[in-house]
Amino acid sequence: MASPLTRPSLRAAGLALPLVAFIGVTFVVPLGTMLLRSVYDPVVADALPDTVALLREWDGASDPGEAVYAAAARELVRAREERTIGRVASRVNRIRGGLRSVVVRSGRRLLEVEDGPWRAALIDIDADWGDPRTWHAIRTAGDRFTTRHYLNAVDLQRLPDGAVAPQPPERRIYVRLFGRTFVVSLGITALCLLLGYPVAYLIAHAPPRRAGLLLAFVLVPFWTSLLVRTTSWIVLLQSQGVVNDLLVALGLIGDDGRLAMIYNMTGTVVAMTHVLLPFMVLPLYSVMRTIPPQQMRAAESLGAGFPLAFRRIYWPQSLAGVGAGSLLVFILAIGYYITPALVGGQSGQLISNFIAFHMQTSLNWGLAGALGGILLACVIGLYLLYDRVVGVERMRLG
Amino acid sequence: MSLADTAARFGAGRLAHRVACGLIFAFLVAPILVIVPLSFNAEPYFTFTEGMLRLDPEAYSLRWYRQVLDDGAWARGLANSLFIGVAATVLATALGTLAALGLASRAMPARRLVMGLLISPMVTPLIISAAGMFFFYSTLGFSQTHLGLVLAHAALGTPFVVITVTATLTAFDANLTRAAASLGAGPVTTFRRVQLPLIAPGVVSGALFAFATSFDEVVVVLFMAGENQRTIPRQMWAGIREQISPAMLAVATFLIVFAVLLLCAVEWLRRRAGRPAGA
Repeated sequence: MASPLTRPSLRAAGLALPLVAFIGVTFVVPLGTMLLRSVYDPVVADALPDTVALLREWDGASDPGEAVYAAAARELVRAREERTIGRVASRVNRIRGGLRSVVVRSGRRLLEVEDGPWRAALIDIDADWGDPRTWHAIRTAGDRFTTRHYLNAVDLQRLPDGAVAPQPPERRIYVRLFGRTFVVSLGITALCLLLGYPVAYLIAHAPPRRAGLLLAFVLVPFWTSLLVRTTSWIVLLQSQGVVNDLLVALGLIGDDGRLAMIYNMTGTVVAMTHVLLPFMVLPLYSVMRTIPPQQMRAAESLGAGFPLAFRRIYWPQSLAGVGAGSLLVFILAIGYYITPALVGGQSGQLISNFIAFHMQTSLNWGLAGALGGILLACVIGLYLLYDRVVGVERMRLG
Repeated sequence: MSLADTAARFGAGRLAHRVACGLIFAFLVAPILVIVPLSFNAEPYFTFTEGMLRLDPEAYSLRWYRQVLDDGAWARGLANSLFIGVAATVLATALGTLAALGLASRAMPARRLVMGLLISPMVTPLIISAAGMFFFYSTLGFSQTHLGLVLAHAALGTPFVVITVTATLTAFDANLTRAAASLGAGPVTTFRRVQLPLIAPGVVSGALFAFATSFDEVVVVLFMAGENQRTIPRQMWAGIREQISPAMLAVATFLIVFAVLLLCAVEWLRRRAGRPAGA
């Protein structure tokens, strides 16, 4: 073992340094900022500092008092001038639905109010200002650091009294979604193994010239654009598509009984299995190529039937490939976005699609960050396992 | 059990295996091959018309290819894809090759950790990478610029370069460097005259992988590209999402031909490097 301060080790580290720095800046730091968003959100705390500070003293049940109302009125007007009120409103609204319009409208109507008492003025604008739950929502949204996105991501919430409780049944989505993503990914991994194992076996023990040709059948899809493959599946599986036309022409189904094979979970599973199958076949093939075929012949000549010889001789030696391929396919499957988004319809969406939804549509970036954080933790765990079992440097491509 | 029975049983087993493999190969390749004839469909359908099945020349046409060539959006997409792809590939290949030279050295400190870090962009779910990059590059003012996409795609492409070049270097005989040094060559000359020619196939196939990654990448582009950075995959995404048009099958056919060419190039390089296919 060379000491870390010898010249060759400095030289090696120096060669790797530019890329380490590059990946650090262009990849690791961006991931970090995203994860930070899942626990850190200063918008409300910055826009309503006095209100939030006063509310920290409040007992949470009684009337918060004129001082709080006055601070809120002043800061809502300022937030409106600074154009941050919309962002404040959406954050408060996420804690307690319905408050978005209350906050926005109050900011506007307060302009007409010249002087206090502010409590009466605010309650006059909207009766919700008399409800302690409104103030509780503002106080919660005013936390700079929060665990609520992570609680939310596992279908929990923090009650006004600080206790952690399950979300109401209609808002419990994410635990089931993580579960679905895991089950679907496991299913796809199993399908890939089932389809990939016999193919890898055939290629690994074919004469070299034919093996090269057969391998092309695996490598052509591997190199073909993902969007092309997804388009192909839409063309094949849609209700007026090739497969349905063929089934109708063969008389297997009636023209009115065309199968719904795309824009649902079936579409997701079929297209993802197709996309990920090469990632199973290639590692299986590299391992199987090293298993001498004479061993199987010897076992069979000694009287073991194929099933016994396979179970005792071949399968154990191919396990390294099974592990490598399965882990790789599973890691890729649980984070998959493109295929489910394009062919999954409503029922075929996975966790990545909800992260995209919260990034682009609901703009709940904190929740997107928390869901992403949990997914990333799963992937890192599996990646470490992969490194342990296979070794990342032995990842083989094409 | 008689010998004949055994032979028959194994024959049947072997036959079943062959048939199953045939079906699986068909599952892998048929969806891609089906696109090609359909892109010549004279009608705006996504299925074989009766005329096509009769091989009637009237049923085939180049109208979708003409439509793609006439539509400036696809040409701009191609220009963007090529520019971003080439720039990202140059960056990824240079940084990745240097790092692989360091990682291949036994003296490399924290080798496993560094390797794990450098490969991580390849296994991180793209949606997470894209979301993180979107936030970060927006604060820097790089989102909706070509530069932002080049940096993002370079980061996603480097693992492929690191992996292929490291693999070539492990097969590399360290005695050659020592021999060069003992004959009086300095480190730079040794690299240029001895190491580089030998690892060149690995470097080039890594570059091809990095280019293919960028050329096919759509998630980061979805988050970061403005109207002026639309790439071919971004155009296809919009096409699939909105209204899938047969013109997309023409583009898809072009991309399939492109993929086959890339594959041939990588296999040719692999053979030159003396490694068997798939290894």
